[in-house]
Amino acid sequence: MLASILAQVPWQAPSIDYHAIAPEIVLAAGIVLIILVDLFVGESKKWVTASLTGFVLLGALIPVLTLAVSDPDARSLFDGRYVIDEYALTLKALFLIAGYVVVLLSQNHVEEGDYYQGEYYTLLLTSLTGMVMMASSRDLVSIFVALEFLSIPAYMLAAWRKRDRKSNEAGVKYYLLGVFASAVMLYGMSLLYGVTGSTLLSEIGRQITVDGDFGGVHALAIVFVVVGFAFKVSAVPFHTWAPDTYEGAPTPVTAFLSVASKAAGFVALVTILYVGVPQAKDVWQPFLWVLAALTMTVGNLLALRQSNIVRMLAYSSISQGGFILMPLAVAGTGDAAGPALQAVVVYLLVYAAMNLGMFAVVIAAARTTRSGEISSFGGLFSYAPGLGVLMTIFLASLAGIPPLGGWIAKFAAFRAVLEAGNGWAYGIAVIGAVNSVIAFGYYGNVMREVWMKPAPNGETRAVATPTSLVAALTITGAATLLLGVLPGTVLRFGDLADLVGAFGR
Amino acid sequence: MLTVQFLLLGAVLFCIGVYGVLARKNAVMVLMSIELILNSVNLNLLAFSSRLGSIDGNTFALYVIAVAAAEVGVGLAMVLLIYRNRRTIALDELSDMKG
Repeated sequence: MLASILAQVPWQAPSIDYHAIAPEIVLAAGIVLIILVDLFVGESKKWVTASLTGFVLLGALIPVLTLAVSDPDARSLFDGRYVIDEYALTLKALFLIAGYVVVLLSQNHVEEGDYYQGEYYTLLLTSLTGMVMMASSRDLVSIFVALEFLSIPAYMLAAWRKRDRKSNEAGVKYYLLGVFASAVMLYGMSLLYGVTGSTLLSEIGRQITVDGDFGGVHALAIVFVVVGFAFKVSAVPFHTWAPDTYEGAPTPVTAFLSVASKAAGFVALVTILYVGVPQAKDVWQPFLWVLAALTMTVGNLLALRQSNIVRMLAYSSISQGGFILMPLAVAGTGDAAGPALQAVVVYLLVYAAMNLGMFAVVIAAARTTRSGEISSFGGLFSYAPGLGVLMTIFLASLAGIPPLGGWIAKFAAFRAVLEAGNGWAYGIAVIGAVNSVIAFGYYGNVMREVWMKPAPNGETRAVATPTSLVAALTITGAATLLLGVLPGTVLRFGDLADLVGAFGR
Repeated sequence: MLTVQFLLLGAVLFCIGVYGVLARKNAVMVLMSIELILNSVNLNLLAFSSRLGSIDGNTFALYVIAVAAAEVGVGLAMVLLIYRNRRTIALDELSDMKG
């Protein structure tokens, strides 16, 4: 049987466009390099691995930029299974820059915490390679491989503090739910392959049509795949791992998970919905609508009663995820497809800047306070005015106050929803608007601590912020401000004509 | 071809696996249940592949097998870590963090 099939298909080596996959090659070479360097440098010089990781990430950014300026046409490899278009390049750049900021956040934390530095950065780079691959994947197999590529190192990073009970717990919870979700997603993918006869997303998109035979198996397959990614982006009711994992993992890893890993989940979800199953919108639109509404509301309400800042940020990031799902929930209606894609990309860019910045402030402030309680941030402005102001900026941006980046992101999301213009769209817009107001409650609570409360222990010593953290704060702070003041730039980034194969194109 | 029978077997294995993940409290048992789900996926892929006469499903199944091995490697290491720190691998005792 198998031999006869194989005999029918003459094998020829695929032609590979090395320029197109140069970012992945640089990252893979970097991983090998860091493993080797880690073997040969002494214990006191392990910081070299951190700097090298930074250089590798910036090095991988160079081919992304040359690809962006080289030619306007999308490059397609392996019969369209791996596509480098504007969408992929924008998100690759996002992952690489977010990764660079996470390296800056990790440097002192990992060094002082006496962790295994070489291995830490190797795993971080591996996970980022998976994300960069995810942005280009247009095939069920490559999406699955990229997803595991980015998840498995992330499981290990979450459990990085080997002797800490909370970090163990964080890792195991993340691992079990993540693996379970990818198994369910795989079952959905196997059904999707079975009913369409192909693993190529654009081919699946041609097979699954409204007027073709569309049965329960099709619907089940799509729902299972969406559930798998709902775990990854911690959408309610599949969010239960997120708060525990975020609290227990080392804080830079939390920043990485809440920004890069979540963005990768959204990228895969968008690719599958837009390229793979756009015609089956009657299945996924109501499902995503419910997910988005629940995610925004439950995330916000639970964030209100948190006393630990990282846990509060975990619920805040769940509810921000709901805002990213919101335009997707109506993406198939009317003319909303283009604006919805733009809104998701813009939201991911802005969210990465402001959330990484928020975590940078938390890490910098915790160097003095040694505590994660929100009350320990009392009087931050009086003894560290710089951090206090930055924290206010990031919190205001997360809450969506103009003229900061978060406001533009929310604006784009609501505009896309209103573009759809039916009852479902207005319904989710109202839920979103109510939730933006609720969010002021917990963001404002932290601001009040920073500005109005006295320092808890009469602590007035200035915080010594290391250079790498200052660099991270500068990058994220500048990005949050600039994206808000000059919305044209970010909206242009999100203006992607070129998601190859999307909606019948 | 017995495609439907293979698919039914796959569906049954999937259901047993999901039940095991949700109901079992022992970490190793949960890992085994996840393996059951992955194997039901493999069965599905191979059955569809032979029915459709396309090679894609076979390739996909190979990837699933390889990745499942990597996943279980990490998973068992984590279970070991939990056992070293707590002397138990019962998942319902993993409750240091709540709320």
